[in-house]
Amino acid sequence: MLLDISGLRKAYPGVVANDDVAFDIAPGEVHALLGENGAGKSTLVKMIYGLVQPDAGHMRLHGRDYAPTSPKDARAAGVSMVFQHFSLFEALSVRENIALGLDEAVAPRTLSDRIRTVSRDYGLPLDPDRLIGDLSVGERQRVEIVRCLLQDPRLLIMDEPTSVLTPQEVETLFDTLRLLSKRGVAILYISHKLDEIRVLCDRATILRGGKVVATCLPRDETPRSLAEMMIGTTLADPPVRRAIPGRTLLKLTGLSLPTDDPFGVTLSGIDLTLRAGEVTGIAGVAGNGQDELVAVLSGEALVEAGMIRFDNAPIGTLGPNRRRSLGLLSAPEERLGHAAAPEMSLTDNTMLTGRVRQRLSTQGFLKWNVAANFARAVIAQFDVRTPGVDTPARALSGGNLQKFVIGREVMQKPRVLVVNQPTWGVDAAAAAAIRQSLRDLAATGASVLVISQDLDELMEMSDQFAVIAGGRLSATRPAGSISIEEIGRMMGGGEAA
Amino acid sequence: MMDVIGLSADLSLVTALSYLLSVLLPTMIIAATPLVLASTGELVVEKSGVLNLGVEGMMIMGAVVGFIVAVESGTPVAGFVVAALAGALLALIFGFLTQVLLSNQVATGLALTLFGLGLAALMGQTYTGIRPPQTTRLDIPEVSNFPILGDMLFSYDWIVYFALALVGAVWWFLNHTRPGLVLRAVGENHDAAHALGYRVITIRLAAIAFGGACAGMGGAYLSLVRVPNWSEGMTAGIGWIALAIVVFASWKPGRVIIGAWLFGGVTILQINIQAANLNILAIAAIVLALVTVVMIAFNLRTKSRQGWIRVAFLGALALLGWAMALTWPDFRLDSAYLSMTPYLTTIVVLVAISGDRTRAALNAPASLGRVFHASN
Repeated sequence: MLLDISGLRKAYPGVVANDDVAFDIAPGEVHALLGENGAGKSTLVKMIYGLVQPDAGHMRLHGRDYAPTSPKDARAAGVSMVFQHFSLFEALSVRENIALGLDEAVAPRTLSDRIRTVSRDYGLPLDPDRLIGDLSVGERQRVEIVRCLLQDPRLLIMDEPTSVLTPQEVETLFDTLRLLSKRGVAILYISHKLDEIRVLCDRATILRGGKVVATCLPRDETPRSLAEMMIGTTLADPPVRRAIPGRTLLKLTGLSLPTDDPFGVTLSGIDLTLRAGEVTGIAGVAGNGQDELVAVLSGEALVEAGMIRFDNAPIGTLGPNRRRSLGLLSAPEERLGHAAAPEMSLTDNTMLTGRVRQRLSTQGFLKWNVAANFARAVIAQFDVRTPGVDTPARALSGGNLQKFVIGREVMQKPRVLVVNQPTWGVDAAAAAAIRQSLRDLAATGASVLVISQDLDELMEMSDQFAVIAGGRLSATRPAGSISIEEIGRMMGGGEAA
Repeated sequence: MMDVIGLSADLSLVTALSYLLSVLLPTMIIAATPLVLASTGELVVEKSGVLNLGVEGMMIMGAVVGFIVAVESGTPVAGFVVAALAGALLALIFGFLTQVLLSNQVATGLALTLFGLGLAALMGQTYTGIRPPQTTRLDIPEVSNFPILGDMLFSYDWIVYFALALVGAVWWFLNHTRPGLVLRAVGENHDAAHALGYRVITIRLAAIAFGGACAGMGGAYLSLVRVPNWSEGMTAGIGWIALAIVVFASWKPGRVIIGAWLFGGVTILQINIQAANLNILAIAAIVLALVTVVMIAFNLRTKSRQGWIRVAFLGALALLGWAMALTWPDFRLDSAYLSMTPYLTTIVVLVAISGDRTRAALNAPASLGRVFHASN
């Protein structure tokens, strides 16, 4: 065995993250680590990579005791890791970023040559002199992988590597991983995309509540059986729903907005029609104009009045509060710091977006009791697990805060709701609840715009569908009339055939 | 025409030029040296992602400590060395508070300035009115006596050359060495640097100490060479200008020199205008005309329509100034307004720089001023 783990335990104040975890990985094996958010996957890999030290238990690598106290130790022993949120430096070049990940100094020219060699060997084309800020998400991941490969690792840890990639990029990545495994490199693969695990992985270890609950051969399982092992209960199928679109609520015509951020995206010539009772999905790789589009719709960025029409009235120059009073609400992607103020209580955060539409103020005086009651209603209806409405937003877990942020907008009865990445980093049960609430909202006659990188989610939810790439939006298509491959091509910037 | 400016008519163009190059330029470079030192230090600190607003406090500590040590020991070199140590020590107090105890960087930096000013006043009480020993000048026979060029290039004390060499060394360190790359990485994204196993806090403390040492030397240059004297509050806002120069230079070492010379030049020009009792309207017209010429040269490359509108506007202002100077040849501005010009220039330049957000965003360290806490 390459890596052999037994009895591993790690406790944080108030929570046992890992308890008596045991599993092993053979050389050249692709091993999946499965589990919901908070199941203890991150803590486990952090211990293997030396970022966190275990309280008890043993790890053996190549049959020798292995107890890394820093990532440097881990890398020296042949363990490398590609992070979910890339540990890259935007203003530095590819070569500089890779140099930072190496433990010994290498002359710039030699390093550039080595980068070219490795990227050619593994089919990961990279230009060493480009700035990270100019690269796409897929290319950034390549940088991380090449950085790991240059150290000749025996075990490569990958934390949710495909959550930001197009289907084609995922295929390329899998080819690289299979090549690595053929050359004897073991891969510990963390994901909650069950289809991918079934295609790629030789074995799977499933964690729940910090404990190993099962080890299985993913090829012999169905996505459903894997999900049920992760969650510990049986899953209910989402009901099928087909909407008959009502009248037009929001119309974008020729919407353009130049950016002044060097790493931002310029929106150009966007046309989109949102009708009552309909869920519209927008797919795209991160950083193709999604954030800019949300800012334009919410009123954070202003455009010419006629570019956005709500009920046929031009609203392009109205700010967020005016749009909210009309019934155009939005929930941005960044939960902490954009959708919610981290240090403020849930009541405060309710006041921030609900004041206008819920009439939480009279003549400049705030009605805190009403706001607190509204926050309580959101918490009850959306099953937000929190001690109370006075808890600061920062203290909620990602999934709970997301339920609160979405619930807060849904319960204001919007006429049009814009959500960006509604289930990013949220576990399966919470994600299902959020999707259901958005569908229910559309069923009451509102129009919902969902921007997401999760194609399965969009396919499941949307009535019509468009792709954003490089700040341009494709024409909308009815859901079901378009294949995953076609979407993937459009996400990469190509047009639909 | 010369009467308008107020210079006597028999002053020929040649003597004016040689006065400019052999007297004004050297004084300008001397006035700029404390700024070069302090802003280079602060640039390294900010590149590591820390905003230390205590430059003024560290400079005045360097000024008083350097002065005391130089006077007591009789050797200016010892003064500069100890001033650097004192600056570094004061900076490390800031470092301990902000990096280890995670206090707010802005508030702590402001407190450091107030603390430094107060402590320096206390320490320097008995040293007012004393002349310090003279700092050695570079004196190469033949070369230093060469007319004009000798004064322009080879007449300074060693600190001036040291400061310029330091800028070069910092540029080389940041762009061509591995520790420099690590330092930039820490300032760009401290969480990622931590995840890669770099010691963010140690690196930042080292940068803070270096910044303090540079500021301390800059302060000592004020009290030992430029003035040379000790008086309470003698830094008079230079530390703040040094902070502005870092932004002006968009975090590039080479541009620090340009910024420092610009501000040094404005300071010296302002003093000379006061002394010579010149007509400020004419000077303003000449400066505006010079800026217009520079912008025309710049516009020939970029060819933007907005640029030409700006050129036309500035040119019109210059003509207006000249017309006003001809109308009121005896116009004299109160010296208080002239003393404001370096600070006004700072504000105007900073506004102009922040107009171009793209360039600033590319060079500004992304983690600047953010608190780093290794959570796990």
